[in-house]
Amino acid sequence: MSGTLTALAADIVRQALAAGANDAECTISEGEEFSANVRMQEVESLKEAGSRGAALRVVIGQRSGSSYTSDLSSAGIAKMVASAVEMARFTTEDPHCGLPEPEELGALEQDLETFFDDVRQLDTEEKIARAKRAERAALDVDPRIANSEGASFDSHLGAQAFANSRGFAGAYRTSYVSLVAIPLAVEGESRERDYWFTMARSVARMKPPEEIGRIAAQRALRRLGARKVATQRVPVVFEPRTARALLGAILEAVNGEAIYRHASFLAGKLGERVASPALTVIDDGTLPGLFGSAPFDDEGVPTRRCVVIENGVLKNYLLNTYTARKLGMKTTGNASRGYGGNTGIGPHNFFIAAGDRTPEEIVRGIADGFYVTELMGFGTNIVTGDYSQGAAGLWIRGGELAFPVSEVTIAGNLNQMFQDIVAIGSDLEFLSSSAAPTLAIGEMTVAGH
Amino acid sequence: MLRWQGMTFPDSIFAARFGLNGRDLERYLAEALSRGGDYADLYFEYLATSMVSLDESIVKTASQGVSLGVGVRVIAGERTGYAYSDDLSPERILHAARVAACIAEGPAKLDKFGLQTGPKRNLYPVVTPSTEAEFAAKVDLTQRADRAARAYDPRVFQVQAVFADSLREILIATSDGVVNTDRQPMARLSVRALAREPGGAPQTGFAGGGGRVELRFFLDEKTPEYFAREAARQAIVQLDAVEAPAGEMTVVLGPGWPGILLHEAVGHGLEADFNRKGTSAFTGRVGHRVASELCTVVDDGTLASRRGSLNLDDEGFPTQRNVLIENGILRGYLQDKLSSRIMGAAQTGSGRRESYAHIPMPRMTNTFLLAGDSDPEEIIRGVPRGLYCTSFGGGQVDITNGNFVFSASESYLIEDGRITRPVRNATLIGNGPESLKYVSAVGHDLKLDEGIGTCGKEGQSVPVGVGMPTIRIDRMTVGGTH
Repeated sequence: MSGTLTALAADIVRQALAAGANDAECTISEGEEFSANVRMQEVESLKEAGSRGAALRVVIGQRSGSSYTSDLSSAGIAKMVASAVEMARFTTEDPHCGLPEPEELGALEQDLETFFDDVRQLDTEEKIARAKRAERAALDVDPRIANSEGASFDSHLGAQAFANSRGFAGAYRTSYVSLVAIPLAVEGESRERDYWFTMARSVARMKPPEEIGRIAAQRALRRLGARKVATQRVPVVFEPRTARALLGAILEAVNGEAIYRHASFLAGKLGERVASPALTVIDDGTLPGLFGSAPFDDEGVPTRRCVVIENGVLKNYLLNTYTARKLGMKTTGNASRGYGGNTGIGPHNFFIAAGDRTPEEIVRGIADGFYVTELMGFGTNIVTGDYSQGAAGLWIRGGELAFPVSEVTIAGNLNQMFQDIVAIGSDLEFLSSSAAPTLAIGEMTVAGH
Repeated sequence: MLRWQGMTFPDSIFAARFGLNGRDLERYLAEALSRGGDYADLYFEYLATSMVSLDESIVKTASQGVSLGVGVRVIAGERTGYAYSDDLSPERILHAARVAACIAEGPAKLDKFGLQTGPKRNLYPVVTPSTEAEFAAKVDLTQRADRAARAYDPRVFQVQAVFADSLREILIATSDGVVNTDRQPMARLSVRALAREPGGAPQTGFAGGGGRVELRFFLDEKTPEYFAREAARQAIVQLDAVEAPAGEMTVVLGPGWPGILLHEAVGHGLEADFNRKGTSAFTGRVGHRVASELCTVVDDGTLASRRGSLNLDDEGFPTQRNVLIENGILRGYLQDKLSSRIMGAAQTGSGRRESYAHIPMPRMTNTFLLAGDSDPEEIIRGVPRGLYCTSFGGGQVDITNGNFVFSASESYLIEDGRITRPVRNATLIGNGPESLKYVSAVGHDLKLDEGIGTCGKEGQSVPVGVGMPTIRIDRMTVGGTH
């Protein structure tokens, strides 16, 4: 499958050169998706399909043009090539817009375990059965789990091929499976929903459906009877799921595009202490079996381990070729491309290194505080670091999780919040390509009534 | 038995370029119902897009693309089978139909139907779609925006401008016997500006808009300068912003885009799928008071040229004006085909999907609060201490408990009835069935947003509109630091 795609990508590059491009790069992806939704133990929907698409970028002189198509017939490809070449007439000359240097290109050779055949072999009945088992387990936890948004089993098989005019051609296959359960807990007037999931490259590496259902139900149950608290400043603990959202803010802030535009609160701070010495943030595309691993990025540059923040000091931005040239640096192998437009920047496996305290120890040390299990909204300003989000979770009293809280906000500034990290948990687990352990911040404003 | 009635749809790209005819459609639908499904539909989509982006006064990206495909859906009882193909050859479509058919388990349905074209209307008459306009004209729009934002104030030091457009051509055929086609243009210009005092920290401003319009809209009605100055103005205002207050207070929302409040607080909770399943905070509340009597909220997909408007929804049903809340009383839900069948309710033209690869579900179109009779300035004068919000970054809702947030990107303190200092970004939080009960004044200045909204639900994004007059909410939690 992927060999054909690589040949096709290389052929499209040749067609682009023949049409007048000085340089060209083409990415092709192919995927088969399956999804089964079950609700209240009945199949609600089944979805199955395959799709393909190609994207092309050409460089003519110092101008670039882009195009994409889902029509991989020879006519569709010819149109895409002509379109990219035409588009290059409209961009401005930009000395930084070229492809990576030949010596920067390459692919990791070790097995990154991105593809497992057991995903292909799993039959529809078994997928439905697993979704039913997860939901059943949730419904069985407690009579207050009285309703459900259901459970879904998804699988995906994909192939990515990339070729450019500087001699790179490569491909790799991917697979993943996921199972999620979304139960509702109801007690009196209180109705709360939560979810839990497992996702893996291989069916064999998934968590048991019963575990997913049970955790989802327990999470929904512990939210019942949630109330607002008074406005106050207290320590705030982010469980791994919400700590990941803070990590997401770091990811945006170290994106090379935000850096060269000065549109990040971390711009220009390389080598400075930007966080508590407890914080180390790493991007690593070379870890076998994880979701962000790949032999090369979307410009044909090998992935690597990149330490972004080390013991609180900002060490690296995440860069592609363009942003690296803008900043006078080297690409970090973080080029990422969708179908439209120029190459952007994306993480591989992006995570906060584990600390040495258990989540229980972290909570135990807090007399009065807020343990955040859910964040809502778009109140993270990467330019200024201003942070204000809707939140729900549990109130910490006397070192214990005491009662559920909702309809409050938490606010601060990311600069101060990262400096004020007082504890990092040992509970790092990769549920997806970004991961964070429990993280405690000394003080934030909780707004309620 | 299926009967071929000689229907044609010569205006459709699927006939012209892919040779699709009525007989093909009936064959595909018959295949989709070959295992006994109750209903089937086909959604053909051809989407052409183009995009220009400018950054650092340099046009860095010029891009075009095409995607096409067909989605086949089969409903059997409460079950949905779905398959799609990005290859429009008869073999691939028949294969997709067979896959979707498997949701049902029974003998083929021998419905007698002949396909008829549905009624036609055109809410967005476009002679030359923006996607087919001269590309250089789009480049010029971004360059004009760049110049205008920089000219607004010397403290503006970075400008990004993006022009993006698309033309979606669709054909929907249903086993109810209806075939509909539509051409759905969309264009949008957006500008982001960064400003700073010499040696100071940057602040950001954002503005944009458009709709189902031709390129001419950006030359005659809403110019690049209009959006650019607004983005620059917002960034400059933020340079003086002080810390936002924290806690419950009176909030005044300005007209237009703050209508995102209705989208989050009310709209999502009234989508029929959640209510059919009993998972919405609004479940079972039709006929109950959920807002003050000053509030009448509608979802209207029929407004000419608006971003959220559609001639027909993505199930081929004509869009309409749906009253969600009337004088504070909850009136009804937004229905798609599946939910309306199960609930025994009428369709409301609310079935939407992101693309041929997605299953339709109930969604909003243009959601807004009708004008009241208060004077906007009077509303502000009546507030001793509070927050006045005029622009938002986005919002989100938890359907089940009804809690919603929306994040203000431009707001001001109100002190003794006067607007005083701008404040930093703050998220506001409330509860859907409760918050609108505290609406104590509704202005006469109803305004719809500029045409920038995209709504996400269960992984599907669709363009929407919102709107609102100035309103006063007596009690809402503001998520500041101070």
